Amino acid sequence: MSAMPAVRSPLVRALAAAALLASASLVAPAAAAKGTLVYCSEGSPEGFQPQFFSTGTTFDAVSVPMFNRLVEFKKGTTDIVPALAESWTISPDGKVFTFKLRRGVKFHSNAQFTPTRDFNADDVLFSWARMADANNPWHKLTAGQTFAYYDDMGMQNIVEKVEKVDPYTVRFTLKRAEAPFLADLAMDFASILSAEYFETMMKKGTPNAADAYPIGTGPFTFVSYQKDATIRYKAFDAYWGGRPKIDNLVYSITRDATTRYAKLKAGECQVMAFPKPADLPAMKADPALAVQQKEGLNVGYIAFNTEKKPFDNKLVRQALNLAVNKEAILAAVYQGQGQTAKNPIPPILWGYNNAIKDYPYDPEKAKQLLAQAGYPNGFETELWYLPVTRPYNPDGKRMAELVQADWAKVGVKAKLLTYEWAEYRKRSKTGEHQIVMFGWSGDNGDPDNFFVPLLGCEAVKGGGNAARWCNKDFEALVVKAAQTPNQAERAKLYEQAQVIVHDEAPWIPVAHSVRFDPLRKEVKGYVMDATAHHYFDKVELVP
Amino acid sequence: MLRFLLRRAALIVPTFIGVTLVAFALIHFIPGDPVENISGERGMDAARRARLLHEFGLDRPLPVQYLNYVGQVLHGDLGTSLTTHEPVLREFATLFPATVELAFFALLFALAVGLPAGALAAVKRNTAADYVVMGAALTGYSMPIFWWALLLILFFSVQLGWTPVSGRIAVQYDVAATTGFMLVDTLKAGDWAAFRSALSHLVLPALVLGTIPLAVIARITRSAMLEVLREDYIRAARSRGLGTVRVVVVHALRNALIPIVTVIGLQVGLLLSGAILTETIFSWPGIGNWLIHGVQARDYPVVQGGVLLIATIVITVNLIVDVLYGVINPRIRHG
Repeated sequence: MSAMPAVRSPLVRALAAAALLASASLVAPAAAAKGTLVYCSEGSPEGFQPQFFSTGTTFDAVSVPMFNRLVEFKKGTTDIVPALAESWTISPDGKVFTFKLRRGVKFHSNAQFTPTRDFNADDVLFSWARMADANNPWHKLTAGQTFAYYDDMGMQNIVEKVEKVDPYTVRFTLKRAEAPFLADLAMDFASILSAEYFETMMKKGTPNAADAYPIGTGPFTFVSYQKDATIRYKAFDAYWGGRPKIDNLVYSITRDATTRYAKLKAGECQVMAFPKPADLPAMKADPALAVQQKEGLNVGYIAFNTEKKPFDNKLVRQALNLAVNKEAILAAVYQGQGQTAKNPIPPILWGYNNAIKDYPYDPEKAKQLLAQAGYPNGFETELWYLPVTRPYNPDGKRMAELVQADWAKVGVKAKLLTYEWAEYRKRSKTGEHQIVMFGWSGDNGDPDNFFVPLLGCEAVKGGGNAARWCNKDFEALVVKAAQTPNQAERAKLYEQAQVIVHDEAPWIPVAHSVRFDPLRKEVKGYVMDATAHHYFDKVELVP
Repeated sequence: MLRFLLRRAALIVPTFIGVTLVAFALIHFIPGDPVENISGERGMDAARRARLLHEFGLDRPLPVQYLNYVGQVLHGDLGTSLTTHEPVLREFATLFPATVELAFFALLFALAVGLPAGALAAVKRNTAADYVVMGAALTGYSMPIFWWALLLILFFSVQLGWTPVSGRIAVQYDVAATTGFMLVDTLKAGDWAAFRSALSHLVLPALVLGTIPLAVIARITRSAMLEVLREDYIRAARSRGLGTVRVVVVHALRNALIPIVTVIGLQVGLLLSGAILTETIFSWPGIGNWLIHGVQARDYPVVQGGVLLIATIVITVNLIVDVLYGVINPRIRHG
């Protein structure tokens, strides 16, 4: 507590003296052990198994510190780099991915298990078969658990089989050419488990323990978890990527953002997750803190239900695009932190078509288009706004009010309404809305991961395509892009797809937000991740 | 006494039915469902949605689900959490000691301050002291817990650095949870520094959680004392020349305690519900924090089981208080 500010006011001193009697003698110095980094995380992990869950909170606590994937994202980017696979080849037809595995990779050990061998192809096969094969004995090991993210990414429709070529070579054969598959393998659900660990625990008669007490190859090993309170890790000395610079990593689970901020200020943690936007100016002004920021891999948008009148008419959709002043929204809703969107994907993603010219704010032109479409006096409609703060949209209600006012100027009277968040999603996914506000945070930095789940024809059925827009030309382009192994060629196809989206205007792409990670000044070497995870293996504490 | 107990116990059955029904109905009335909660912004095809609903047992009609649930509960099975897949009872048992510890100290604080303050206000009736105590009690009672907690954190923890911001113990102490009561566990481990740390973490949350009960206790003590102070035996005691302190503490307060005990019993419900907010803001790993998250995640078994267990505890405590009351005052049990 050396950074305690000087107390000046006499009233403060008097109160302080009174409280001192009550509490001061009780307080132990809160200085953390040397080399211990405390991260104020936003919630408890659902479990300690990387394949079962699909929330960022769980990834941050499980797959990020303790596991590796065959390929991973280069820190701070969505570039795919070697990890447990040292190299790979993709067959010319784009269907066969062959990975050469890294040698000498050690698994963690714990009280119940000491590995007798290094990582090899058996671990890859085990990890994959467990998710893919419903008849695999490990598939149903933990009752009620499903492989949610594997299912979400539609892997059962993509992967035909996984084979071991030799102990250090594995081959994935796909049902169809699928270029984004490599990026899929860098995702958390594709973390590699130890086959030997599960077999050992099975022999000991406690197979479920293997899902509860994680053994991975990652930079940190699991120490303990106190539910809803703390998760402890220590540096893994034999980590193939180099031992972390800190000795201990502690996640202090703090659900309330204001409390996290108070802890950061008091030095009870050195890094905090998800600051409240309203706290950012004060954080930036605090000399003890550093606020890192990064362009988000996201988009906030407003989707027209193209199955309903009048939004089945392209002119109406274009008119409503023209009628919205995005710059004003960026200033009022995003506090200037971010940028206006003209495409469904953010500019940090490859394949972004910067040649597209956004619809300018032009109410006169909008009126003309509406008249042309047969609505010279406008019409009445409903706009659903987000009931919660999301990374891609800090204030849905405010955004809706601005849009409502803009549209009123061209004669379109939008009634604003919303539902409780889960209900909101449920109703919009069944297409109940006329116009709905939504957004998306990318999973893996592949443009396919925006176009297909949000605008693809299949996604109309699942409800992820809130515009319920199915365009044959667009669909053909994104399908072709997915089947093209060469990234430069894929980028061209996506650029064309964006031209169609722009012209057809199923959405108003509103903005791409910026994310913030506040940390204390003594934290060095922290790099913000592109997919919103929190990595601490390269971090140092320099007091 | 036995008849009294039986009569009280018989009331538990309808209460139990009521509680399960309310808990079940409330959480199902909240829009959204656990499956929707899994998918987020992503779409989910109808087949997968149906499969998940089936796996969670949510594809049956509500009355059937309710009866199944009650059947399960009667067999002592509260189900498993839909998020963690841990048994609800085990999660509750892990977290409950933290809430008990917090509630205990909150009540201790409320009593230690509320009883003397209330007695003082009664004795000094209609003086400045009375107005100050009752004014403070009213303020405390009306204080929004969230705001009060933040105020204390910002002042004592952030500004002055005297108390920790949140949690149960500083992160450098990794004390194995044997009893789940942090103070007991640290003592058992013989780690004084850890014990002190745990104690310091209790100060602010106990103060916040104890504020409303304190106000209630102070007010009840005052009115109970006022009644007793009017009794003939107090006048008799005074007339015998006994000192004020002796009259107030021995003769008056002791007799005033009967209604106070009842009120303390009722505070248990208040403490457990207040714990929900207090625990959230102080990241106190107890059942309040857990229930809030359960509601957000639409984790039906957690919310139903948690509410049922809390209700059971409140009912039990009230039963104990009733019995104690009967012990203290024989007129009740024969009445």
